[in-house]
Order: sequence, then structure tokens, then C-alpha cells
Amino acid sequence: MSDAERTLTLPTRWSQAASSWRDALGTLAVVARRDRFALVGIIIYVAFFAIALLSPVLAPYNPQELNYLPGGDVAANLPPSLSHPMGTTNLGRDIFSQLLYGSRAALMVGFVAALGVVILGTLVGLVAGYYGGWVDTVLMRLADVAFGVPFLPMAIVLVAFLGPNIWNVVLVMTLLLWRDTGRIIRAQVLSLRERSYIEAARVLGASHTRTMFVHIAPNVLPLSFLYGSLAIGWAILTEASISFLGFGDPNVISWGFMLQDAYNSQALARQAFHWFVPPGVCIMLAVMAGFFISRGYEELLFPRLRRR
Amino acid sequence: MLMPMLEVANLQKHYTLHGGMMASVFGGRRVVHALNGVSFNVEQGQSLGLAGESGCGKTTTAKLILKLLRPTSGAIRFAGRDISDLEGADLLGYRRQVQFVFQNPYEALNPRFTILRAMLEPLVIHGIGASALNRVERVADALRQVHLDPPEAFFMKYPHHLSGGQLQRVVIARALLVEPRLLVADEPVSMLDVSVRAGVLNLMRDLTRRHGLTTIYISHDLALIRYMCTTTAVMYLGTICEIGSTAEVIGRPKHPYTQALVAAVPDPDPTRAERVVKISDTVPTPLHIPVGCPFADRCPMVMDICRTVRPALRAIEGVRVACHLYEGPEEVH
Amino acid sequence: MALLDVERLSVEYQTLQGTVRAVRDVSFSLPPGRALGLVGESGCGKTTLARALIGVLPRNARITEGAVRFEGTDLLRLPADQFNDYRWRRIAMVPQAAMDSLDPVQRVGDQMVETIVLRGNLTRAAAADRARELFAMVGLQPDRLRLYPHELSGGMKQRAVIAMALALRPPLVIADEPVTALDVIVQHQVLQTLRDLREALGVSLLLITHDISVVASLCDDVAVMYAGRIVESGTVRQVFAEPRHPYTMGLRNAFPSLRAEQEHLVPIEGYPPDLAHPPQGCAFTARCPFAIPRCWEEDPVLRAEGDGQEAACHRAHEAPVLRVQAAEAFARLAGDEIRSAPREAC
Ligand SMILES: Nc1ncnc2c1ncn2[C@@H]1O[C@H](COP(=O)(O)OP(=O)(O)OP(=O)(O)O)[C@@H](O)[C@H]1O
Ligand SMILES: Nc1ncnc2c1ncn2[C@@H]1O[C@H](COP(=O)(O)OP(=O)(O)OP(=O)(O)O)[C@@H](O)[C@H]1O
Ligand code: SF4
Ligand code: SF4
Ligand SMILES: [Mg+2]
Ligand SMILES: [Mg+2]
Repeated sequence: MSDAERTLTLPTRWSQAASSWRDALGTLAVVARRDRFALVGIIIYVAFFAIALLSPVLAPYNPQELNYLPGGDVAANLPPSLSHPMGTTNLGRDIFSQLLYGSRAALMVGFVAALGVVILGTLVGLVAGYYGGWVDTVLMRLADVAFGVPFLPMAIVLVAFLGPNIWNVVLVMTLLLWRDTGRIIRAQVLSLRERSYIEAARVLGASHTRTMFVHIAPNVLPLSFLYGSLAIGWAILTEASISFLGFGDPNVISWGFMLQDAYNSQALARQAFHWFVPPGVCIMLAVMAGFFISRGYEELLFPRLRRR
Repeated sequence: MLMPMLEVANLQKHYTLHGGMMASVFGGRRVVHALNGVSFNVEQGQSLGLAGESGCGKTTTAKLILKLLRPTSGAIRFAGRDISDLEGADLLGYRRQVQFVFQNPYEALNPRFTILRAMLEPLVIHGIGASALNRVERVADALRQVHLDPPEAFFMKYPHHLSGGQLQRVVIARALLVEPRLLVADEPVSMLDVSVRAGVLNLMRDLTRRHGLTTIYISHDLALIRYMCTTTAVMYLGTICEIGSTAEVIGRPKHPYTQALVAAVPDPDPTRAERVVKISDTVPTPLHIPVGCPFADRCPMVMDICRTVRPALRAIEGVRVACHLYEGPEEVH
Repeated sequence: MALLDVERLSVEYQTLQGTVRAVRDVSFSLPPGRALGLVGESGCGKTTLARALIGVLPRNARITEGAVRFEGTDLLRLPADQFNDYRWRRIAMVPQAAMDSLDPVQRVGDQMVETIVLRGNLTRAAAADRARELFAMVGLQPDRLRLYPHELSGGMKQRAVIAMALALRPPLVIADEPVTALDVIVQHQVLQTLRDLREALGVSLLLITHDISVVASLCDDVAVMYAGRIVESGTVRQVFAEPRHPYTMGLRNAFPSLRAEQEHLVPIEGYPPDLAHPPQGCAFTARCPFAIPRCWEEDPVLRAEGDGQEAACHRAHEAPVLRVQAAEAFARLAGDEIRSAPREAC
């Protein structure tokens, strides 16, 4: 390839990748404008993002740090006060700070897992739908397996096996959640493959790879994003469940971890609402936000589905 | 004799239906005999029209030529070379020489690409043009050639911003960007408004003449073929029943099917007398192909031999006809 | 008296993009026993007009003005239940693409009986008899009633939906694109059936199509529609032999004919206007080679041009001269010099 050609292919590839992303963000803006709920979802995520970024500044204490009373005793099980807005845990950690830091784990798990799901699911769907034949059969059997296993138990087993590390949680989530995206994208590719403009790409001389990634992919990305936005909520919820059950990363403060901590210290029995309600509410908000956004996407992509 | 540009020899294409509704509907028979031995040659500079009713295999023929489908049997040779085993660089070379204009212009352009992006695609794929700027200039020229002027106004538009006629012009311009030798057009104007059809047809005629292109037009509209083509082939149920110069085939049709087809075309001039067409309107299905003449069930002139012996193409008065009514030397392939 | 008299009918659609003025100030009349062809390009408002006539417009449509007089009664002023008495009984319609909307899982005969019972208050037995009678009338063997739609060919399905429209012996049938998407031979046979029916039953026909040849072979009168308006009307012979509107003149040379000696086609440059923003003056101005300054400002009304022919053009009185210049003028506008120059070998 000559230099001149490289200069043209690169910009077109870039501008095209950019246009897909711009497309995706553009659709997000349209979704937000059309659908109140989706707007609320987006606002919730933006707020969580801000909190996650600013948690070192916002948090009054180190979430892992044990606090002491002026007398030297551990400041355990304090009710909400001005210095500890949500009180402290039984080991004297500041709950408010934990809550703020917990957003980091939640968002990271949610978004990285969702990204993984989008990438893996789209890739599998594209390849299976485009090539068909045995490639398709093998990949779809794999999807069946992913569908067949009970989700939460499998996630726990895998995390336990791989080690309780937050990246493993993300990996496991990706491995288990790609199946819906993969199937849907495959079905979409199957119908796109017959469209004239995809045949036109072949006639123009585009290779299989080029046809798949340059011509078909932009047309399925909105659908991938729909399933990605669904996966965010799922992943956050699953991470919380895993941590709550005690299989999570002990070094990372997450909302599920907080719940487990609260549960183990009989916070429920002591009616220490200030301890277990805030993380519960945060999990609920994050999951709901993901659901709202995906619903907005769905409305935009398949307007007829919901109007009936 | 000069080698024909395109040779199609005894081409067959059968589709197998996979279960589902079609299979149950048609009582277990599951093979669609879309093409049953089609042969024709296209010479350099010629324009061939493929006519026939819906389902007779016109689009299938085109897609086989474009290597979008694999034939069940038979051969297609381009400039003497069999195209069935082309791969890699050879295939790319073939793709550069043979281009296609699709029936539905609303479907032929990727909805997510701007016009500029869609038109740069073939140049990038084939490495045409020395620089990015040069490529954009080529695109602009091509758009100007199809009367989309000024081209810059169309660069950043998406397909849904354009009308059908404009889209079909873009598709034509894009096909010509790689400077092909053979252009296949499948019903290029059937989806367009009456008043814009002439513009697209004239454009194709002028451009193909100017570039010395060989063309194959596919259409169910005999009038269009009469206007665009020097040679006409009439297809029926996956075979060619008559082929020859357009003036002969349409002006003095020999095959009973061609005669019916020509007579059935309504006339825009109300003073011309109605013609009578005596054949039934039951369109045959390619799920079961008769042993003898495929047209026997509907033919008003049917004879005993027609039901048992498949008529081959014979040279009759300058055209070639597949019908037992005519006698002449049979062709062998 | 005319069977159907449409006066200054206008229909609008409310859409997200704004108001689409699909039918604008349309007037025509149809004498009993005659066949009127309504021709025009896709989107010019033909279907909208037909649906307005039998009162089955979509919900976002509104008739803004005008009258539809059927045998002297203005249907638009009738209360809904009385309008119902006219629909199907007096005016029947073969909707566009009706043959594709037959229920695939119900036998054609059952669908017909159902429809006849529903529209005509007949008993099932009487309806079944009627269905057999109708099938024979449109040239189908009555035993075909037992088949499912996919077992019928396109032509048969089209005959079946025509039969349904005839169920209650209406004096007026509106057929919207009845032969579009049919193959030539099938199209020819269905047109023949329509012709026979007209003769046998004496029904009046409003035939809607984009195909001028279909009108020429079946109709007595023709109305040419462009961008929501009727721009020319008259008998088929008058309008095709001596068009008075530049659009009709342009159409004559715009598509190939199988029989006429025709050196080359002359396109009509440009595209029809967007009906959400119809231009101020004549809707054809941007594509008309004969436009004068007045055309950009003032929308011409449909005026009698003698002998029953009508045209909506400021220069209709110059028609004989314009007709001679038309081919060349349209070609010049399209920048089609290539064709007038002698062809050289490439
Ligand atoms: N992918 C397919 N699978 C099964 N049958 C097919 C397929 N594609 C085409 N056919 C059948 O093959 C026959 C020929 O089809 P083809 O599209 O070539 O016809 P055509 O002459 O182009 O018709 P038309 O004028 O309607 O476009 C038809 O009976 C059609 O139903
Ligand atoms: N339900 C609707 N809502 C909004 N606009 C509509 C609706 N139906 C039709 N239109 C618009 O009204 C105009 C006239 O449409 P109509 O269906 O009457 O055209 P037509 O002449 O029948 O076209 P065709 O030949 O394609 O059937 C078009 O611009 C169309 O887009
Ligand atoms: S071979 Fe026989 S059936 Fe076939 S077209 Fe000729 S006369 Fe008719
Ligand atoms: S009114 Fe003017 S623009 Fe319209 S058709 Fe007549 S001459 Fe042409
Ligand atoms: Mg076809
Ligand atoms: Mg219509």
C-alpha cells in the first residue's frame, strides 16, 4: 500500500469509527430527548459517574480506615451524625465514604462488563450470522450452553475458581452475558446479509472481513448498544449478589460488599437502616437506570413493539 | 472469430428449500428449478436484454454472473476465463470489470453511509486514485456525469435524503467509478416514478455508449428492452425460448410465448386496436419442470411432441428459437 | 346527471414533518356507465383521493373542504351511519395491494362470505351463493373458493378481490392500482376481465393507476394528477392525442413504447415537489420548460378548454404551439444535448 493510499484509508476508517460512535451518542441524545425515563436513567448514571470520579474529594474518610472516638475507642456502630452522615460500621468505618467509593466498583463492573458483552456478543453474532454453516452451528451451541447454565450459581462458581478479584468478576459477567447480544445480532445479520447494499458491497469487491466490519457492523451497533445498556444493570446486580454472598473481591468496597458487611454484623436485627438502606437504594437506582435507558433505546429501534 | 466477452453455457441453478412453510405447502417437493440450462453469449459492446415474467430466473442469472451465487452446474466464462474458481486478487480483478445496478435504489446504498463515503468505497477497495483528494475528485466527476450537480451538495447527504431517481443515479455513478467493462442492470427503473425513468434510462444509455461498455439489462418491460438493447433474450421457466436481434424478437416474434408477451403489452396510444392473448394467466411454478417444452401447458399451438421432447434452440431466420414449430439445425453446447 | 361529482376536494395529513397537502382542490365528475382513469406518479395523492371518496381515510387525515356528491347527495355532509349505507353498497373499492392483504390462513371463499355477510347483512347461505356467482363472473372456477390465498396465482387473487368489491352490485367501483405488480400477460387478462364486467354489469369505474397504457386500454376519460391536483382531464383520445398541460405533453415522450416509432425518450427533469411544502405558484413550474413569471406566483385553476377537455395551466390556450415544441423544450431543460447531436462511434 502506498503512503497516499494509507492516508486515505486511515482517515476513512477513523471517520467511520468516529461516525459509529457519534451515531451511538447521537442516538443516546435522541433517546434522552424522546423518553423521560431514559433521560432519568442517563442523569442517574452521570451522577454516579461524577461521584465515582470525585469520591476521593467528596468522601470525608478513607472507607477502609477505622475511626476512633476521641476517647480512643473504636467509633463502632455510630448513628448518623454530622461527622458521620450515615453513621459507622461495627468496625468503625464511615458508611457514607464507603457508599461513595462503592459507586466506583459498581460502575466499573457495570460498564466494563457491558463493553465486553457488546464486543464479544457483536463479534460472535457477526461471524455466526455472516458465515453461517458450521461456524454458526458451533457458536450458537456455545450460546445455548451459556443460556443453559444457571446464571448466578455459575457466576459464583467461576469467580470462586478464578479467584475473588474484581477483574475476574467482570470477565465472568462477560462470558455469561454475551449470549443475548450474540443471538440477537446474529439474527439481525442474517437478514442484513440478504439486503441489496450488502450484496452491493460484495459486487464492489469488498472482502468478507470488510463486508462484515465496515458494511454490516454499523447497522447492528445500535442493537448492540441496546443489549449493552441492559447488561450494565445486570452486571451491577450480579456483582452485588456475588459480593453479598461473600465471593467478591475483599479489597474492593462495593455496595454488595457493604450489604454483606451489614448483614453479617446483624445490622438488620439492630434496625441500623442507615447502614443497609443506602447501598440497597444505590443498587436499585443503577439497575433501574440501565433498564430505563435500554427501554428508551428499544422504543427508538422498534417503535411498534411498544405502541400496541 | 472474436472471443465473446461473456459466455454463459448451460447454466443451471436449483435452490433447495429448507423445511418450513414452503415445503409443507408444495407437498414435499423442495427444489426450485430456477435455471434449467441457460446459454448465451455477450459480445464486446453489445447490449443484451433479458425479458420474461416474474420468477423466470432473470435475477438468478444476473447474480450468477456477478458471483453472488454459485451455479448448480454449467459455466460462465468472462473473456475466455471460467469465473467459478476465481479467488483473491483474480476475483478482485473480476469484480472491477463487472458491475451491477440494483433493482431497488432505496436498498442499494448503506443507510449509514453518506453518499461520499459510499462512493469512496470502491476506490478504496480497488486502490484507485493517487491521493485522498484525487479520489474525492473522481467521486465529484462521477456525480457530475450522472447530472447530480453540484456534487458537493450530495457528499454529506444520507440515502434517505435523496429521491429514488437520485439514488439510482448515485448507484450508477458508483458502478462506473471502477471503469468496468460489463454492466448488469436488474430492473433499473422499475421502482422509479414514470417521469424520472426516462432520465435514468437515457443516462445509462449515454454513459455506456460513451465508455464503450457492454451491458445486460434485465426487465419484464419489453418496451424498455426495445429502447435500450440491440439483442433480446426471452426467458421462460429457467430457459431461453427466443434470442436474437431486438428488432426481430420484438417486431416479429416467433416463439408462441414471445408472441403472447408482445401482444399483452398495453398500448399508451388508445387508437391502436386491442390484441387478443389466448394463453392462460396461470404462471407456472419452478418446483416441477415439465419433461418436454416448459411452455406446453399454456401454449395454444401445443403438439404431442411438445410434451415429451424438450425443444432446443434452433437458428431460424436470424434468431434462435426453442420451439418444435420451427425446424432448423439444433445447437449443441 | 353525473353519478359522482367531486367538487373542490382537499385533504390534508398531519405528520411530524408538518401538514401534507395530499389532495388540493380536486374537482371532477363521472357520468354513469363510464370509466374514468386517474393517473399520476407515486405520492401525488391518488389513493388519498379514493379513500376520501368512500370515507375510509386514516385518522391523521382531514378533509379540509369540498363536496363528494353521489347521485346528488353530498356524502361528506351525511351522518356516519348513512354514509355506511353507501359504502360497498353503492360505491365499492378495490384497495391498493388488496390481494396481498388476503388472510393467508383462511380460505378465500370463507373470507368472501365473511365480507359479504358483514357488508351486506346477508345470511351465510345467501352469501355463499353470491360468492360462487361472483367468482364465475370474474372468470374463476367457483371450486377455487376452497383454496387458500397462497394456492392462487397473483392474477387469481386480484380477480378474487375484484369479485369482493362487486359483491353488493355497486353502481360505482373504485379500483386502486388493480394490475400493478402483475405480469404483462396476467395484467392483460385482468384488464380484459374488468372490461367484460363493465359491459356485462354496466358499472361505472374509477381506475387509479400510474400506468398511462392501462388507462388507454380500459378507460373512456382520464384525469391526470400532479402534486395533489388534477392538472388535465378529458376523454382519453383528447388528452393523449392533444394534451393541453405541459406535464401531460412531457409524459408522452417520457417512457418507451413497444410499438410507436420512437427515436429517443425525453425525460422530465427534476422531481415532484414535497407536498408538505407545496410551492406557491404552479406545482410544475420547476420542471416546466414553458414557465413564465406568472407561473411562480399564481397557481392556475382547472379551466374548461373546449370540448369537455380541462387543463390547469396559464398557457393552456397556447397548447397547440407548445405541443410542437414540447419534446425539444423538455430535452433542453434536461440538458440532454447529447441525444440531439449525431451519435458517433465510441
Ligand atoms: N434464495 C432463493 N431460495 C429459493 N428460491 C429462490 C431463491 N431466489 C429465487 N428463488 C426462486 O427462483 C425462481 C427465479 O427467481 P428470480 O429471482 O431469478 O426470478 P426473476 O426472473 O428475477 O423474477 P422477478 O421478475 O420477479 O424479479 C423463482 O421461482 C424464485 O422464487
Ligand atoms: N397516513 C398518512 N400520513 C401522512 N402522510 C401520508 C399518509 N398517507 C399518504 N401520505 C402522503 O400523502 C401523499 C399522497 O399519498 P397517496 O398514498 O395518496 O399517493 P398515491 O398517489 O396513491 O401514491 P402511490 O402511487 O405510491 O400509491 C404522499 O406524499 C404520502 O407520503
Ligand atoms: S414447443 Fe410446442 S409447446 Fe413449446 S412453444 Fe413450441 S409449440 Fe408450444
Ligand atoms: S402554469 Fe406555467 S409552469 Fe405550470 S404548467 Fe403551465 S406553463 Fe408550466
Ligand atoms: Mg428479479
Ligand atoms: Mg396509492
